[in-house]
Amino acid sequence: MSVKYIIKDAAMADGSHADLLVADGRIMETGASLSAAGATILDADGLLALPGMVDLHTHLREPGREDAETVETGTRAAALGGFTAVHAMANSMPVADTAGVVEQVFSLGRRAGWVEVRPVGAVTVGLAGERLAELGAMADSRAQVRVFSDDGLCVHDPVLMRRALEYVKAFDGVVAQHAQEPRLTAGAQMNEGAVSAVLGLTGWPAVAEESIIARDVLLAQHVGSRLHVCHVSTAGSVEIIRWAKGRGINVTAEVTPHHLLLTDDLVHSWNPVYKVNPPLRTAEDVTALREALADGTIDIVGTDHAPHPSEHKECEWAQAAMGMTGLETALSVVQHSMIETGLMNWADFARVTSSRAAEIGRVGGQGRPLAAGEPANITLVDPAARWTVAPDKMATKGRNSPFAGLELPGAVQATFFRGHPTVLDGMLNTPHPSAVEDSAWM
Amino acid sequence: MKHLLSTTDLSRGDAILILDTAEEMAAVGEREVKKLPALRGRTVVNLFFEDSTRTRISFEAAAKRLSADVINFAAKGSSVSKGESLKDTAQTLEAMSADAVVIRHWASGAPARLASSDWIDAAVINAGDGTHEHPTQALLDAFTLRRHWAALAGTSPGGSDLRGMSVAIVGDVLHSRVARSNLWLLKTLGADVTLVAPPTLLPVGVDSWPCRVNYNLDEVLQSGPDAVMMLRLQGERMNAAFFPSTREYSRRWGFDDARLATLDAAGGRSTVIMHPGPMNRGLEISSAAADSPRSTILAQVRNGVSVRMAVLYLLLSGDSSGEPGRIPTPILQENPA
Repeated sequence: MSVKYIIKDAAMADGSHADLLVADGRIMETGASLSAAGATILDADGLLALPGMVDLHTHLREPGREDAETVETGTRAAALGGFTAVHAMANSMPVADTAGVVEQVFSLGRRAGWVEVRPVGAVTVGLAGERLAELGAMADSRAQVRVFSDDGLCVHDPVLMRRALEYVKAFDGVVAQHAQEPRLTAGAQMNEGAVSAVLGLTGWPAVAEESIIARDVLLAQHVGSRLHVCHVSTAGSVEIIRWAKGRGINVTAEVTPHHLLLTDDLVHSWNPVYKVNPPLRTAEDVTALREALADGTIDIVGTDHAPHPSEHKECEWAQAAMGMTGLETALSVVQHSMIETGLMNWADFARVTSSRAAEIGRVGGQGRPLAAGEPANITLVDPAARWTVAPDKMATKGRNSPFAGLELPGAVQATFFRGHPTVLDGMLNTPHPSAVEDSAWM
Repeated sequence: MKHLLSTTDLSRGDAILILDTAEEMAAVGEREVKKLPALRGRTVVNLFFEDSTRTRISFEAAAKRLSADVINFAAKGSSVSKGESLKDTAQTLEAMSADAVVIRHWASGAPARLASSDWIDAAVINAGDGTHEHPTQALLDAFTLRRHWAALAGTSPGGSDLRGMSVAIVGDVLHSRVARSNLWLLKTLGADVTLVAPPTLLPVGVDSWPCRVNYNLDEVLQSGPDAVMMLRLQGERMNAAFFPSTREYSRRWGFDDARLATLDAAGGRSTVIMHPGPMNRGLEISSAAADSPRSTILAQVRNGVSVRMAVLYLLLSGDSSGEPGRIPTPILQENPA
């Protein structure tokens, strides 16, 4: 027996209004005044219907650091944040560098049932940057990996990077590079500039990111491959990517919500909640990143959601772990920094948080238009809502939100994942029913 | 003022109050009985995560001259080396009712972290944190410079600042907490600062600092600075490609005998040579320079105790509103015991 929902009178990203009839995991019909026998009616007056958000950059920490996050808690956070798919980064313990580990993460995601979990495969064995992991085996596995990344570490050996870029062409993969020249960033604690000079913290210079991006776009051009640049953080990186795109190089790029809003001035507080890699940069960088996201130079928003147990942040700055949570604040931060500033509209938002991310990750069935026949991955947002970020009320295990105490706009009211409401009235509902079936074959 | 974390936090008024108080403390140091009852019953913890005998004994002498109880907590060989966190250490000291924590830490910002957390209620005094700041060193340097400047003017140092004075800070500015604390405080007190260093040992971002930068020590010495402050070159920098060799460093940026002779010949009558210690004789400073009449190096050590007494006194004897305590003259009576 199929459950039916009618989402009544939602605003679409293009400004029009419509009802959406959802059944059997799909949008069956769109239009005015829809009705269907036995359907549950959701009054979406004042709400915005967007394609379910897709994150290309999430750290779910499982296997290995279940004290920081699990697939279950991380995907609950994702659903609450309006996501219907997340890419789980490979830097777990063990590293997701074999078909076995990526299938484990994939299955954990299926069993949790809150969002689609797409494992990212490591480029090199153990993220050690020495030899290629079995990329093909991961691509052919049940997890069907298409995104490969040593995120957290840079594939800094130029020959290895070249080979990885070439090799993934065999299965339409993409290498997502964490651009950080390791020698230029040894011991780095924060952005290198006026603030690091005063604070006496070892600097993470912009050139360490930009030099790797410059090298990689040239490599991608040379071998005709697809390159994705993770968490772009500097104005100079934007210029290089803009130049590369102008030359027709097949490069895509991502920016995190925190790099769209926060600057390195916050490090004056010495609060390690602001410690992240790449580091918070300057106001000029923030402006350049916003403009680049608006004009398409930067393709997508990726959260780089990086939960840490509190003891990894309740310490000296130099001792603290790098990373911030982001799944449950991404929509609001992007609305605040991109839409309320007039740089983007909601159709742009749908592109940078959903459709383009699904294209880059080759995630079929996600990031699709809200039209009849399409999979019902839908986020319903109240754009007029205002809320104050309270990390201890979040679903993620991480309490390391740099937005704590900030009042932000926009609240996720409901998330439909393959036709099922994982979030209703802004609260977790139930996982997708197929999650139960999946547990049978685990 | 509840803590002393950085000289950027000090207004001109705060700084002069500390220096004036230190003058009064110095007078105590010249008495036969060098002890005041001011902090009797208060506990001062010297929490040292990094070895520094000089700074630790200076603070210890200061606290003892004020009759405080002193606990020395060296992180080496303690539970800290067994993995105890700063938070747990701080909470332990809190449970033992420490009134002030004098902290030396290898990590920049550790004292500020301690002061802004709710782990401990005590006054926090930064005794040097990473490559960030060393405010009591800057205060004792300013104290030393102020006495020199006042003596030249034939006045008493009380209430005065360093307006019109030119100071050159020479050496590894990039890794120096002494240079940072000195720069901010010297500017607050009206002095004019020039940093002299190899370009590799200046931070990116130095162009936004309120000072001049010059790569050429001889040129700066030609301009006749009133004080030249030589910074210690840390051993671990010597082989990290910041400069080709220690000999080349010494030739270009060391205060050697030739530079001392040039200064003497040029009639730089009153220029003093400073060093925070410990010195690498023959590297950043020659023995002749360190031992010359221009050297204030031992005066700096002596003044360190007075300045640290003043800081402890002002932080711990203030009223509960956090206002620094004025020194009521009667307190400066000798300890009757």
